[in-house]
Amino acid sequence: MPWTKIKAEVNEPDYFLESDENVRRLSYSEAIHEALDQALQLDRRVFIMGQGVDDPSAMFGTTLNLHKKYGSHRVFDTPLAENALTGITTGAAIGGMRPVYFHNRPDFLFLAMDQLVNHASKWYYMFGGAVNVPLVVWACIGRGWGSAAQHSQALQGLFMHIPGLKLIMPSTCYDAKGLMLAAIADNNPVLIMEHRFNFRHKGYVPKAPYRVSIGKGIIRKQGKDISFIAISHMVTEAYKAAEELSREGIEAEVIDLRTLRPLDEEIILRSVSKTGLLLIADCGWKTGGITAEISALVAEKGFEFLKAPIRRVACPDVPTPSGYTLEDAFYIGCDDIINAAREILRIR
Amino acid sequence: MDLRNYSNKLLIKLYFDMLRIHKVQLHIESLYHLDEMKTPIHLSIGQEAIAVGVCANLYPKDYISSSHRGHGHYLAKGGDLKMLIAELYCRETGCSKGRGGSMHLVDTSVGHMGSSSIVGGGVPIGTGLGLSIQMKAEDRISVVFFGDGAVDEGVLYESINFAILKKLPVIFVYENNQFAVCSHVTARQAGEVIFHKTPEDLMPSHVVNGNSVMEVYETTQQAVIRARKKLGPSFIECKTYRVREHAGAGSDEKLGYRTAEEIREWESKCPVRAFSEILLRDGVLNETEIQVMEETIDCEIDEAFRFAQRSPLPKPEDVTKYLFCD
Repeated sequence: MPWTKIKAEVNEPDYFLESDENVRRLSYSEAIHEALDQALQLDRRVFIMGQGVDDPSAMFGTTLNLHKKYGSHRVFDTPLAENALTGITTGAAIGGMRPVYFHNRPDFLFLAMDQLVNHASKWYYMFGGAVNVPLVVWACIGRGWGSAAQHSQALQGLFMHIPGLKLIMPSTCYDAKGLMLAAIADNNPVLIMEHRFNFRHKGYVPKAPYRVSIGKGIIRKQGKDISFIAISHMVTEAYKAAEELSREGIEAEVIDLRTLRPLDEEIILRSVSKTGLLLIADCGWKTGGITAEISALVAEKGFEFLKAPIRRVACPDVPTPSGYTLEDAFYIGCDDIINAAREILRIR
Repeated sequence: MDLRNYSNKLLIKLYFDMLRIHKVQLHIESLYHLDEMKTPIHLSIGQEAIAVGVCANLYPKDYISSSHRGHGHYLAKGGDLKMLIAELYCRETGCSKGRGGSMHLVDTSVGHMGSSSIVGGGVPIGTGLGLSIQMKAEDRISVVFFGDGAVDEGVLYESINFAILKKLPVIFVYENNQFAVCSHVTARQAGEVIFHKTPEDLMPSHVVNGNSVMEVYETTQQAVIRARKKLGPSFIECKTYRVREHAGAGSDEKLGYRTAEEIREWESKCPVRAFSEILLRDGVLNETEIQVMEETIDCEIDEAFRFAQRSPLPKPEDVTKYLFCD
């Protein structure tokens, strides 16, 4: 299986950064590793746990050898018991620690739903602000290579539904580091949903610790003709689609939401008010998911800007199939975005 | 049991705390039909000895985590009575500012870090508090209260395994009141709880009469010593009985899942009355002193209810307040 040691082979777009041979590029994995290393260095309250964080594959390399540097009391393997361990991190956070709890796949978060949703996400509100839970939970969507229905789920739609839980989905190496540090510094439970296709990236990452604001999206490509709202790996696909369309003279604006809760409503509405056309791309399911939520937001607050119906590009509402021919049919990407964009432009 | 090993001061405190919890709950029960306390109450009348016998071994800095049936734990740990009653009245002055209700009590000033109404839900949280104590090398311990319903739940086994694995300073207090709503423990569990078979060096396990405050106190004392010496967790099963309905006020003998005789029998084992008889017999207290205690408690209860009833309700515009901590 090629996924345990993903090679960073793709330079991610530098977006608005001047392309310069001298900028420091890290792989996506190295960027997260550096964030964790710096957090452990800077704050004695931070600890990292999860099944396999100290093994050789080290959560896609993100936790590699940190147990050797900081000791196995601060970076440690755990029983699989996802629900109890989530509650234990919640208790540790209430007791003044800053846990970062790693899961290989979001699919296993279902085993932790009671503690994550009923407990960690409720504790601050339910006790009128008496107790807060500074907890980071991390999981990586396992698309591809026959991972099938229980090792590939993109569950952000479910978690976006939960008040009291912040939800982050980075798309660049820069954000993977800055959002991890922001999540650790945050006083609330934060779920970071990664995508393993992002681990192919190398990108610009400053060395010094920095935080990217939780709740702020970013424009990855300016455009006037149509808005592409995307998250995580779909930002890369939307950007490729926008580049392709720009060769035809169509200028798509690409917005990377970076955070789903809190949601940057303003960046969405501002873009739609400019372009009048909206395409939303998500690597999760369509029904009741991210694309549905953003469509509803724009229908409620930006209906007058729309010149054509909203288009959603998301995975079909079936469990993920295993075989590669069906995987190809299931997953969506750049071409689907281009086709959907062309349809909207034609309708208009 | 020889009470001479204990100071009168301690014995009187144990009795006073039990009587106070008992009377507070009777008062809540007596006013519940007015529907001014709009929150589902789960009374622990008949289980006072467990909360008091355990918490009398603790300092304010020690942590507890509790469940839906948590009024007794909250008061025994030193939680503020006025804020408890105000919480039942859904007031802004409640311990959870009217956001939690009867099942979600908290008083961090005395180490009560919140109670969960998901059965077993507080178990890993109390265990995690133990982990924080260990990681910060603090001089305190964590006590987890749960009932026989939680023993049905997988999260209990996951949590205790971790506590043993990491030698956490946690005491698991199992209040076996025999019922989860109307289901008897024997209808849900294949046998005695498996932790009684845990090797002693990994986790000592005890079974006590939960209606005897001295038995609970003495056994907890051993567990507390072990936890403070950083030797690891302990498990204490306190056998007791839920004399009231699962939720709400009064008896539920009309439901027919248990007999009136069975309820009467356990009511006759009331831990508060049983202890008062021992204290009177041994001359630790006399009738007059008990009368004075009752009056003191009645005054405090009246004051707490007045405070709650006169307190402001949360403002509707604050419904989104406390979603996130800055």
